[in-house]
Amino acid sequence: MVKKIKAFFEKFYLFVILAILYAPIILLVIYSFSNSANFNFDNGFTFDAYIAIFKSDKSPELWSAIGNTFLIAAVASVISTVMGTFASIGIFNLGKRSRRVVENVNQFPIINSEIVMAVSLMVFFVTFAFPEGYLRLIIAHIAFCTPYVVLSVLPKLESMDPNTYEAALDLGATPFQAMTKVMIPYISPGIVSGFVMAFIMSMDDFIITQINKGAATGINTLSTYIYSDARVQGLEPFWYAIFSIIFVIIIAALLSVNVVKVSREKKKAKEVKA
Amino acid sequence: MVQKVSVDNIIELRNVSKIYDGKYAVKNASLTIKRGEFVTLLGPSGCGKSTTLRMIAGFEMPTEGQIIFNGKDITNTPPHERPLNTVFQRYALFPHLNVFGNIAFGLKLKVIPNGTKVNRKGETVQLFRKFTKEEIKKKVNDALKMVDLEDYGHRNVASLSGGQQQRVAIARALVNEPEVLLLDEPLGALDLKMRKDMQLELMDMHKRLGITFIYVTHDQEEALTMSDKIIVMRLGEIQQIATPEKIYDEPANAFVADFIGESTILSGTMLDDYKVEFCDTVFECVDSGFKKNEPIDVIIRPEDLKILPKDDPHSLLSAEVLSSVFKGDHFQVMTLAAGNELMAYSNENCAVGSTVGLYIKPFDLHIMHKTRLINEIDTYITGENLVEICGTDFDCVTTLPEGTPVKVSVDFDDVEITDDEEDGTIGATVLSSIYKGSYYQAILSTDDHYIFFADTDDDWLKGDRVGIKIAPEKILIEVRDENAIAEQKTVIDETLTEEERAAIREEQKTPAPEFDSDEELIEEYGVDGEYETDEKEDEE
Amino acid sequence: MKKIVLKKFRLTKKVFSFPYILFLLLFVIVPLVLILVNAFLDGDNRFTFDNFKTFFTSPASTIVLGNSLLVGVITTAVCLILGYPVAYILSKMSSGRLIVLLYVLPMFINFLIRTLATKAIFIAMNVELGMGTVLFGMVYNYLPFMIMPLHTTISSIDKSYYEAAQDLGADKATVFLKTTLPLSVSGIISGITMVFIPTISSFAISQLLSNGKIFLFGDSIQLSFEQNLYGVGSIMSLVMLAFVLVSNLIMNKFNSNSDNVRRSLW
Repeated sequence: MVKKIKAFFEKFYLFVILAILYAPIILLVIYSFSNSANFNFDNGFTFDAYIAIFKSDKSPELWSAIGNTFLIAAVASVISTVMGTFASIGIFNLGKRSRRVVENVNQFPIINSEIVMAVSLMVFFVTFAFPEGYLRLIIAHIAFCTPYVVLSVLPKLESMDPNTYEAALDLGATPFQAMTKVMIPYISPGIVSGFVMAFIMSMDDFIITQINKGAATGINTLSTYIYSDARVQGLEPFWYAIFSIIFVIIIAALLSVNVVKVSREKKKAKEVKA
Repeated sequence: MVQKVSVDNIIELRNVSKIYDGKYAVKNASLTIKRGEFVTLLGPSGCGKSTTLRMIAGFEMPTEGQIIFNGKDITNTPPHERPLNTVFQRYALFPHLNVFGNIAFGLKLKVIPNGTKVNRKGETVQLFRKFTKEEIKKKVNDALKMVDLEDYGHRNVASLSGGQQQRVAIARALVNEPEVLLLDEPLGALDLKMRKDMQLELMDMHKRLGITFIYVTHDQEEALTMSDKIIVMRLGEIQQIATPEKIYDEPANAFVADFIGESTILSGTMLDDYKVEFCDTVFECVDSGFKKNEPIDVIIRPEDLKILPKDDPHSLLSAEVLSSVFKGDHFQVMTLAAGNELMAYSNENCAVGSTVGLYIKPFDLHIMHKTRLINEIDTYITGENLVEICGTDFDCVTTLPEGTPVKVSVDFDDVEITDDEEDGTIGATVLSSIYKGSYYQAILSTDDHYIFFADTDDDWLKGDRVGIKIAPEKILIEVRDENAIAEQKTVIDETLTEEERAAIREEQKTPAPEFDSDEELIEEYGVDGEYETDEKEDEE
Repeated sequence: MKKIVLKKFRLTKKVFSFPYILFLLLFVIVPLVLILVNAFLDGDNRFTFDNFKTFFTSPASTIVLGNSLLVGVITTAVCLILGYPVAYILSKMSSGRLIVLLYVLPMFINFLIRTLATKAIFIAMNVELGMGTVLFGMVYNYLPFMIMPLHTTISSIDKSYYEAAQDLGADKATVFLKTTLPLSVSGIISGITMVFIPTISSFAISQLLSNGKIFLFGDSIQLSFEQNLYGVGSIMSLVMLAFVLVSNLIMNKFNSNSDNVRRSLW
C-alpha cells in the first residue's frame, strides 16, 4: 500500500512538472484559434489569426524575416558543415598538444555565454569596419555553429578503426580516394547530425543576431522581428498562430527523427540476429 | 647440370630501424623472404613484429634502412602503389559497403593495360582501362567461392560473424591477386576452435595460390604449425630466423627457448668442449667452440628430461619431487636438484617429497651464449663520486674527474628492484621475467629505453612499474674511448644455405633501383606508356 | 622525389584544420582580445583604469550585479530542487530514457517565444510583472537544462551500487544519501553550471517579464554597448567571462573521472 502511494506521488510529481512546462505552449495553441490576445473566446472559434499571417499590414515584414532566417541558416550551416568536417579530419591528425589546444578553443563558443560572444563579435566588426548586414550575420552564425559540427564529427573519426583507412590505401586507393570513398562515408552520420544541429542553432539564435544585425540595415530574422514587434505592445493574435505552427513543426520533426532512429536500430538488431 | 646459386627473394629488409619518440620499435632488422614462402613474425606484444609488417605494407616509414621488393627499392613507395595486400587484425572491413562492395573495392580502383595505339606523333602509346562490371562481378564471386561465402555478397558486413568477416577480409585482399599477402594477427579475435579451422584453411590457401604469406602472431603454437620460416623478435630486435623445427630444437637464446614451448633454463659454465657444468654436476654435451669457463644458459625441454628411480645406474642427477600434476596425457613433474627447479614430463605419477634420478641425453642439452653477461652503459662522470645512468645521477666510488666518458658495468645480481617506484633511484617497467631454475631474470626498461637485466628472487609482473637501486660500490667504472664505434651484428637466416647467403651478400653490394608503379607496368608490357584513364581527377 | 610526395600528403591531412584554426583565431580569439583591450581604453582610445573604477563604484552596476547573482542563485536552487526528483524518478523507470525527452523538448522552442507566451499568460491573469514573474520565467526556461545532465548521470550509475549498499545494511534513505547523491555530484555540478551561467547572462528574459524593471548582467552588457560605453561593457563582459571560465574549471574537475556530460548532451 505504501509502495502504491509512493508510486502515485512520483507519477503525480512528474505530471505536475510536465504540465507546468507545457501549459504556456498548450494555452497558446488553443487560443491561436480565438483571434484575441487576451486568452478568451469572445470572438468565437476562428482561423482569423492564421489568415492574418498572410494578409495583414505586417505580413511583408514577417515573411522577409522568415526568409532571412532560412537564408542565413542555410548558408551558415552549409559553410559550417564543410569547414567543420575538414577541420575535424585535420584536428584528428594534429599532434597531441596542438590538438588539445584547438579542441579547447573550439569548445569556447559553446561554453561562452552568448551575450559575451555577441558583443565581442560586434566590437570586432566595428573595429575592422566590416560592412553591416548579411556578411556580419553569416560570419557570426558560422562562428557559433561550426563547433557543433566539429563536436559531432570528431567522435565518429575517433570510433573509426584506423586500419580501415589503411585498408583502402592497401587496396590501391590514393590518399584522396581513401578519404572520399572510405573515411567520409564512414563519418557521414556525424556530418549529417552536425549539419542539422548547425541549422537548428542558427535558426534558433536570437542574441547574436540581435546584437550584430545593425540598426540601419533593417534586416530581421524571425526571432529579432518577434522581439522588436512584441517587446512594446505585446503579442498580436497572429503571433499565436505562428508560434503554434512552429510548435507543431518542431514536435513533428523531433518525433520523426526519433521514430526513424528507433526503427533503424530495430532493423539493425534484426539483421544481426539473421 | 650445375646451377648457379641464386636466391629468388621477393622481399628483403636491409638494416631497417623504426624509431618512435627516441625509442627503437624495430632495431636494425635484416631479413629475406623467398617467393612462395610462409613466413611468420613471432614475438610477444610490443616486440616490433607488427611495426615490421606495417613497414612492409607501407603504413610506416622506416627511420633507417631499405625495403626491397622484387629487387626494387620500395622504402619510399606509398602503400597504394605497393603490389601487396593486407589482412588486418580486426578485419578493417568498410562498414558502409556490403560484402560485395568490400571485395570489389580494390578492383574498382585498378587500371589494367588495354592494348596500344599510335598517337599523332607516331609513338606507340599504352592504353589502360578499368575492369568492367562483369569482370568485377566474376572476380568477386570467384573470391567469395574461395572463402566459402558464395551467397553472402549482398550482406551487410556488420551482420556477419567474426569468422565470416575474417573470410571477407581475406577475399578482399586476395581478389587483387597480390604477390605477397600480409596477415597481421588475423586470427587473434576468433575463438579457439575457429582459430584452429582457419589455420588449416590458410595453410591450404597458401599451398593452392603459391603466393608469399607474411604472417604476424604472438601465438607460438600457431607459428610452429603454419610456417616455413619463423622470425622471432623481442624488444624490436630479431632473435632468430629459422625453420619451426630448428627454432624448437635449437633456440638461439634463453628468450627464444622460454617463448617457444615449455622449458627449463639454467645458468651454467662451459668447462671445455663437450663438457658443461650446471646443478653442481658436470654433464657431457654435443656443443663445442665456446670459450673455456664461459658462463652459458642451458635449455632443457621437459619432454627430454627422464625421471628414473633414485638408484638407477643411468641417473645423472638426483632430485626431490616438488609437485606432480596430471595434464591429460602426462604428468608435469617439478623437481628440485641442487637448488634448481627442473620440469619434466612423466608417464607415471611421482610421489611428492620422494627422491628420484634424472637423465638427459647429451644431444638434448641445448647450450647457448648468454644474451648479456653484464649491464653496460656508456655515460659520463657528472660530479664527485657521481655518474649519470639513464638520466639520473647515481652515487659511485671513483676518482675520475667530472666529464670523463666512462663505461659503467653493473652485474645482474647487483641491480636491486624495489616494489615502489619512488624507492628506486630511477623508475623502470618490467618487460619480462624468466625463471632460471633458482632465480628469476627480470628484464626492465628504463624511461629512456635502456634495458636492464636483473637477477632477483621474486617473479616481477610484466608491465609493472618498479624502482631500480644500485649500491655505489657495485657500479664498476672504466674509462671509455669515445670514438670507438659499437659493432652491429645481424642475425643470420638459418634456413638459407651458405651459398645462398653468399649470393645475397653479393646482391646487396649493388643498390636496388627505386620502385615506380608506372614504370613497372610499362616494363612488363614493353611499351612507352602514358595513362589514358580518369586517374587525373583522383590526384591529390 | 617520392619521399617528398608522401611527406606532403602526411602534412595535408593536418592542413585541413588550418582554415578553421585561422577562422577561430580571427572570429573567436581576436574579438575576445578586443574586449580585453577595450576594457582599458577610455572614450578617446587612451589607456585608463577608469572603466574598472566606474564599474565597481557605480551603484547602478552593483545593483545589476547583485540582482543577477540573486536571480541566478534562486533560479539554480529552484531548478535543482524541482529537477533532481524528476531525474531520479525517471532513472528508476524503465521507459525513463524516452520520457525524459518530453522534459527536454521545450528546449528546442526558441526562448523568446516561450518567454513571450508566459508573459501573455501573466498579463491575461493580471499577475503583476516583477521579481516573481522573472524568477518563474527563468526556472521555466532553464529547468530542462538541469534535468538533462542530472538524468544522464543518475541513470548511468551502476545499479549494483544500490544493491551493494542495501546488502551492507543501508536503508533506503541511507542508500540515497550515501550512494546516489555522491555519485551524481558531477551531474549536479553540470546542471548548476548550465543553469547559473545562462541565467545571469540572460538577455531579454528579465526585461520582458518585468516590463523593463529588472535588468540582469546580460541586459546591461547589451545596453552599455548600445550606448557606446565600450569600456564599461567590456569590463562587464570580462566579469562574465571569468564566471564562465571558473564554472567550467569546476565542472571539468568533477567530470574528469566520469563521462563528460556536456559532450554527451549534443
